[in-house]
Amino acid sequence: MASMRDIKRRKSSIQSTGQITKAMKLVSTVKLQKAKGKAEESKPYFTHLYETIAAIFAKSDPEVKARYIKRQEGGKKAFIVITSNRGLAGGYNANIVKMVINSGVPRDDILVYSIGRKGREGLERRGYTIRKDYSEVINSPLYSDASDISRDVMDAFESGEVSEIFVVFTIFRNSVSQVPTMLRLLPTEDPSGPQDESSGGDALMNFEPEPDETLREIIPKYVSGEIYGALIESLASENGARMQAMDNATNNAEEMIENLTVQFNRARQGSITQEITEIISGANALNE
Amino acid sequence: MDEKHIKLNVYSPTRIFFEGEAEFVEFVTTEGELGIYPNHIPLTAVVAPGVLRITEDGKVREASLLDGFVTVLPNEITILSEACEWPEEIDIHRAEEAKIRAERKLAMEQTVRDELALRRALVRMQLASKYK
Repeated sequence: MASMRDIKRRKSSIQSTGQITKAMKLVSTVKLQKAKGKAEESKPYFTHLYETIAAIFAKSDPEVKARYIKRQEGGKKAFIVITSNRGLAGGYNANIVKMVINSGVPRDDILVYSIGRKGREGLERRGYTIRKDYSEVINSPLYSDASDISRDVMDAFESGEVSEIFVVFTIFRNSVSQVPTMLRLLPTEDPSGPQDESSGGDALMNFEPEPDETLREIIPKYVSGEIYGALIESLASENGARMQAMDNATNNAEEMIENLTVQFNRARQGSITQEITEIISGANALNE
Repeated sequence: MDEKHIKLNVYSPTRIFFEGEAEFVEFVTTEGELGIYPNHIPLTAVVAPGVLRITEDGKVREASLLDGFVTVLPNEITILSEACEWPEEIDIHRAEEAKIRAERKLAMEQTVRDELALRRALVRMQLASKYK
């Protein structure tokens, strides 16, 4: 059995680790609330953006929109990979890296636009090409950051350097469930759907300028909007994941402390018993 | 909603900018200035940098509206914009800096982007100084 001093030392070390994990949990709880609020605020914009795009797609020239909805063979694929800059968030970062590796796209065809240091390091180590890194963005994503990223990726798309754009991020379901997801931004699904489904009112929509020109204007906004949405979701997920991981760690620490306390008491009792036995046998020896 | 009012929603990626009813709404599009009364024909337009003027209960409120899209339905206007601000939110020093920067760039080379930046800065400065 370990000595009393050893147990004591171990206990106090675990206690201070437990304090740290508890503090980290509190911090990520607050950050999570903030990120959730941000996501709520931006929801109407994205819902309407998507509706507008659907309306425009329904009206535009098939040839013009083909560029944005037909999948092309060959060419590189742009992967916008969103992770965090810091670890200790359970499987949050590892899941995203795994998602990229298991995406079914050969490693050499992937150009990574990384947001978040952990994802960049993980993919770099496995030999992926990091085209550009925006890790400084993830702590507090701004819409202008998303526009910058979108401009870089769209330039590559328009010039034909990449044929498809994916974004790999974590959807925030609730504080205990975050789902790593891979989403194809471009070419997109045709959001206009079957024509006859839309109500008669849509048919009268006028466009100024022409639908095709409007489309060219709106597509980059759609891409940056989606990237911004993904950034905010990921931020909420990161803090949710960290909160959960730290909660588990705190519980484990408490459990260990409990076990060690039992062990410590047993050791103390043992040492007292031993001492008494020694004194008694010493006294007996004197009496004889 | 009665005949005289039209619902107006202005959304930006980071917040809900305006939600309410108005009698008359004016803004600038790439095709020119537009004024919308209730029962307008359906229209989708691209915003150009300019001032958004909302007439609400006879009072006029102004805001800068610098880019985005407008969807007009007979009784509803939805504006999606990445850059819209009330006059008191405008940072006039930043706008001045942006103006100088854009002018310097334009002196070297004429690009659409810098020209738009200059127009945005001018709209912001004009509106901010008006309400100072």
